[in-house]
Amino acid sequence: MPSKAQVVEAHGLTKRFGDRTAVDGIDLSIAQGGCFGLLGPNGAGKTTTLRMIMGQSPITAGTLRVLGLDMPDAVREVRRRTGVVPQMDNADPDFTVAENLKMYARYFDLSPRSIGARIDELLEFVELTDRADSPLRELSGGMKRRLSIARSLINDPELIVLDEPTTGLDPQVRRMIWNRLRQLKTSGKTLLLTTHYMDEAERLCDQLVVIDHGRIIGHGQPKEMIETQVEPHVLEIQGERTAIDRLLESCPDIRLETVGELHYCYTHNLAPVLSCLESAGQLTYMHRPANLEDVFLRMTGHELRD
Amino acid sequence: MTAAQLSLPRPRASAFKVWFRNLMVWRKLIAPSLFFTFGEPFVYLLGLGFGLGRFVGEVNGMPYLTFLASGLVASTAMNTASFEGMYSVFTRMVHQQTYDALLATPLQVDDIVAGEMLWCGTKAVLAATPILIVSVLLGAVDDWTAVLAIPLFYLIGLCFAGPAVVVAAFAPSYDFFNYYVALLVTPMFIFSGVFYPIETLPEFAQTIVQILPLSHAIALVRPLVAGEFPPVVGIHLAVLVAYAVVGYLAATVFIRRRLIT
Ligand SMILES: Nc1ncnc2c1ncn2[C@@H]1O[C@H](COP(=O)(O)OP(=O)(O)O)[C@@H](O)[C@H]1O
Ligand SMILES: [Mg+2]
Repeated sequence: MPSKAQVVEAHGLTKRFGDRTAVDGIDLSIAQGGCFGLLGPNGAGKTTTLRMIMGQSPITAGTLRVLGLDMPDAVREVRRRTGVVPQMDNADPDFTVAENLKMYARYFDLSPRSIGARIDELLEFVELTDRADSPLRELSGGMKRRLSIARSLINDPELIVLDEPTTGLDPQVRRMIWNRLRQLKTSGKTLLLTTHYMDEAERLCDQLVVIDHGRIIGHGQPKEMIETQVEPHVLEIQGERTAIDRLLESCPDIRLETVGELHYCYTHNLAPVLSCLESAGQLTYMHRPANLEDVFLRMTGHELRD
Repeated sequence: MTAAQLSLPRPRASAFKVWFRNLMVWRKLIAPSLFFTFGEPFVYLLGLGFGLGRFVGEVNGMPYLTFLASGLVASTAMNTASFEGMYSVFTRMVHQQTYDALLATPLQVDDIVAGEMLWCGTKAVLAATPILIVSVLLGAVDDWTAVLAIPLFYLIGLCFAGPAVVVAAFAPSYDFFNYYVALLVTPMFIFSGVFYPIETLPEFAQTIVQILPLSHAIALVRPLVAGEFPPVVGIHLAVLVAYAVVGYLAATVFIRRRLIT
């Protein structure tokens, strides 16, 4: 038995839409505290998994416990204690920022009078204090996403579920959101987030599962996965196939993955490969350390990014 | 259809939260909303009531203005609930994803459907009552019995809300609503006795009109506006209540089917 209660415990969790299997018998065990990531490309089944966890989508097969309660029976209790940041922002366009939060509090049976101070706090947390009375149409995409985050915290949730929290946002806003999510982690909340950005997963997630075609194809801590599953050095190479073939012959200690026009060359030992590349000529290359993208490519043979 | 979709609705007090949300939005948009719900019936009332009334004189023993006003308040309740149940529900369900936001809180699909039904009734009252008041100012209303028409507006709203929400549940886009409006709402408006007594219609047309709810709504509202109690109440009330109940059940089933995937 785990010492701490598991926040999410799924066995053989499956979702079929007609004859398409969106989630194909996944097992999840998410401990309390920290950030757990579902990493996978578009269409992998991330949103569908979250929707089952929130009791928004009926489970085709398998068992699911959330916050120690059986789903879907405990749907209302689970939602009462959980916050959701949806993939598509859906704040009410007819209300101002503050009105959105006030109305959302009502849905959780929080009285508008008791919630005033909390709303101020939340607006400050997501840096929207000066926008409290702005109508939604005056907000940028990044502001709307920050409002979604504030809204997800209105009920002081134990678990916060975030579906691609920074997709489509510019770098400054992404960084700001990452900082806030780290703060939430520190304050003891459990975060469950989906992403198809490996940098996001590496930065935020303490544990993650990699999903492809509705199946879990890998899991672990991001750093440890990179260390154990791929070579530390990556050379992204472009050039003629014949030149690549010559490189492969002259350099025995490399592993090559080819995606479209781009060749990924993996090695434990950088110096010899670099000198091979120099003598081969005709090839342009860029060196970088290995990341989760490479882990994903190794597992699936295709890329994570779109 | 699954057993879960077909099970009886489980309405709870939380439905009022959905209702309250809609009320707050309405309050913000009150000016344009009043203009549109008000404008058209007002034009009918002035244009037809005074213009046509001069030639028509009395109909069914009442001035034409009274006859028309009593039909228009009922049809306004119908139109308002129908449009709210279709366009507004569709907007909240699809374009704004408002229901998705609600379904991340303890609210459930059945609360949403019940809340929208309650709101459609309210909106019907909010739209039809001002026209009743204008009718009073124009001298078309005879007695305090007209006040009893106001709760009827609510029932008429409920009665048309269900079918409209069902249409929204099937709609792929806004264009879909044109069919329902062209095939049912507009014909009801023209043929159900708003502008002339249904007795002038051929026998078979009267039968069709009496299967549809608007003629029954008018049969109750018209005498009240003209200052008397309706001679027949039971059957008309029964038809309206039946439409409201069956519409509510169907709306719940089909919205569940659309939202719970
Ligand atoms: N309501 C639905 N009806 C039919 N298919 C769906 C539905 N929702 C998702 N899918 C399908 O299930 C798969 C997984 O989708 P999703 O969970 O949204 O993926 P992700 O969030 O990882 O991008 C996709 O192939 C998608 O087309
Ligand atoms: Mg998704």
